[in-house]
Amino acid sequence: MRGAAVRTRPIVGAKRPRGLLRHLFLLAGVVVSLFPFYWMIVMATNTTSAIYRYPPTLTIGSELWTNIAHVFEKIPFFAAMGNTIVVAVSTTVLVLFFDSLAAFTFAKFEFPGRRALFGLLIAMFMLPAQLSLIPQFLVMVQFGWAGQLQALIVPAAANAFGIFWMRQYITGAVPDELLDAARLDGCGFFRQYWHVALPVIRPGLAFLGIYTFIMAWNDYVWPLIVLVDPDRLTLQVALSQLNRSYGQDYSMIMAGALLSVLPLVIMFTVFARGFIADAVKGAVRG
Amino acid sequence: MDPDTDVRRVPGSRRIRSYWPQYLAISPFFLIFAVFGLFPVLFSLYLAFHRWDGFGEMEFVGLQQFRYVLDDGTFWLSMRNTFIIWVISTVPMLAMALVIAAMLNSTKRFSAFYRVAYFIPNITSLVAVAIFFGAVFSTNFGLVNAVLQAVGLPTGRWLTDPLGMKIAVATVMTWQWTGYNAIIYLAGMQTIPSDVYEAAKIDGAGPVQTFFRITIPMLRPIILFTVIVSTVSGLQSFTEPQVLFGTNTTLNPNTGGPGQGALTMVLYFYHQAFDNRDFGYGAAIAWVVFAVIALFAAINWRLVQRREK
Repeated sequence: MRGAAVRTRPIVGAKRPRGLLRHLFLLAGVVVSLFPFYWMIVMATNTTSAIYRYPPTLTIGSELWTNIAHVFEKIPFFAAMGNTIVVAVSTTVLVLFFDSLAAFTFAKFEFPGRRALFGLLIAMFMLPAQLSLIPQFLVMVQFGWAGQLQALIVPAAANAFGIFWMRQYITGAVPDELLDAARLDGCGFFRQYWHVALPVIRPGLAFLGIYTFIMAWNDYVWPLIVLVDPDRLTLQVALSQLNRSYGQDYSMIMAGALLSVLPLVIMFTVFARGFIADAVKGAVRG
Repeated sequence: MDPDTDVRRVPGSRRIRSYWPQYLAISPFFLIFAVFGLFPVLFSLYLAFHRWDGFGEMEFVGLQQFRYVLDDGTFWLSMRNTFIIWVISTVPMLAMALVIAAMLNSTKRFSAFYRVAYFIPNITSLVAVAIFFGAVFSTNFGLVNAVLQAVGLPTGRWLTDPLGMKIAVATVMTWQWTGYNAIIYLAGMQTIPSDVYEAAKIDGAGPVQTFFRITIPMLRPIILFTVIVSTVSGLQSFTEPQVLFGTNTTLNPNTGGPGQGALTMVLYFYHQAFDNRDFGYGAAIAWVVFAVIALFAAINWRLVQRREK
């Protein structure tokens, strides 16, 4: 009864205008959030001179293909995108396997040194990336990997964040009884991981996979340093070079930026709901 | 190293050996960590005490590189720039995020749509975003100046004026991280039990009072988390200034834009290490930057904790 009384009150009068104002405020925020994408499209579909005059063109134009053709002339766009896809997909597959396997072990098994090793893993978080950049580069030169894509893939193949996040997830998602039952049926460690844990933790893997893919796709600092061969670049580095060399041709550069951003934005929008909830979980718990 | 050889005689070694699947399962991370994480960090400490260009002999110079860093006016300039950019991006970012989160928390309609729309900037490539804002802040006639002109305000030289450059860089950060922080705050607000709010309402507290007296104090741990994350990542800003103001070093020996007004600490580190191939000096800068960030994060930690008491 009390619940009913509380619920009827806001619907009448007073609360409506405030609710409307709230939505207007939130919509203004959405416009700020999404406007750059619209403006990117406007710039990429007009000529530079149509945008950079006063007053500028504010609507979508018809020059998109011309601008994209210019991008393809200036940089090996498809090669760069191919490299990015190779790096992002291989990194994601490796991270999913190595991180979930390690997380499963830390979450469900006792073994000597477990706490110390997990503590060491957490300490990894604290180290800022730039401390290790120079020696990492030197290691890659020693391995003969400078300029090669494996210089991006191998160091990223397992990471502390993924193991930490998956361990939290597995602790709650995989029931001990299920593992005990599998053990009684004679399942060894790896079969417990493969046949019992993996099927149950698919939603967690989906989050970690999308997260890893996004990070690998957008990564800039390390590829900028280690991809010393100008013929083998990732999309982000190629885009930055395009900007540096042809900075005044805004429409062409925006066409390139749009092409590099679009696949990820579409992918993200498809998976967004579950992804955001999982991304937040880590932060709020931590 | 090999557990099969001489460890066998030690009592308990059979026990350890029976755990081989577990050790095997966690070994990929620790192998990668050893080669690409631990060794590089230790080696960079070693490098910081040497002079080396990557090819010739390494020369031990003691603390000299660190002394150079502290005497280097350009390093202090980069530190000043970094802190200014950090303040003018983080303060509005977190304040707006709190307000957005409070609004989102009191509405159910369209909440899924809002969340996605506010989160999208965070997954967008930083390089593309920096390029985009560079185009928008362009003097003749980027969108910002076009709008300022249209409403009769003076236009700015955003990409050449020292403060304008910092505002451009800070705008990129604020755009990219406000929504993310709002979603984090929202998740925190949703864990505050609703009877706390009802009690406040009964006591006659308005929405503003409720926000400052209940929401913010109860969000303390999460605000602390976001402040620390923004400190650590904001003080390491690199991609935004590098894309906007990094220069082709064969043409211009400096970096960070006109007057080096957007030179950040990590951009300066990158410049010394990878443009100038001064690995010893670069390593020393990296360690000083690490110390600055650790110190400042600790100060923030104390401040936020005390203020919220």
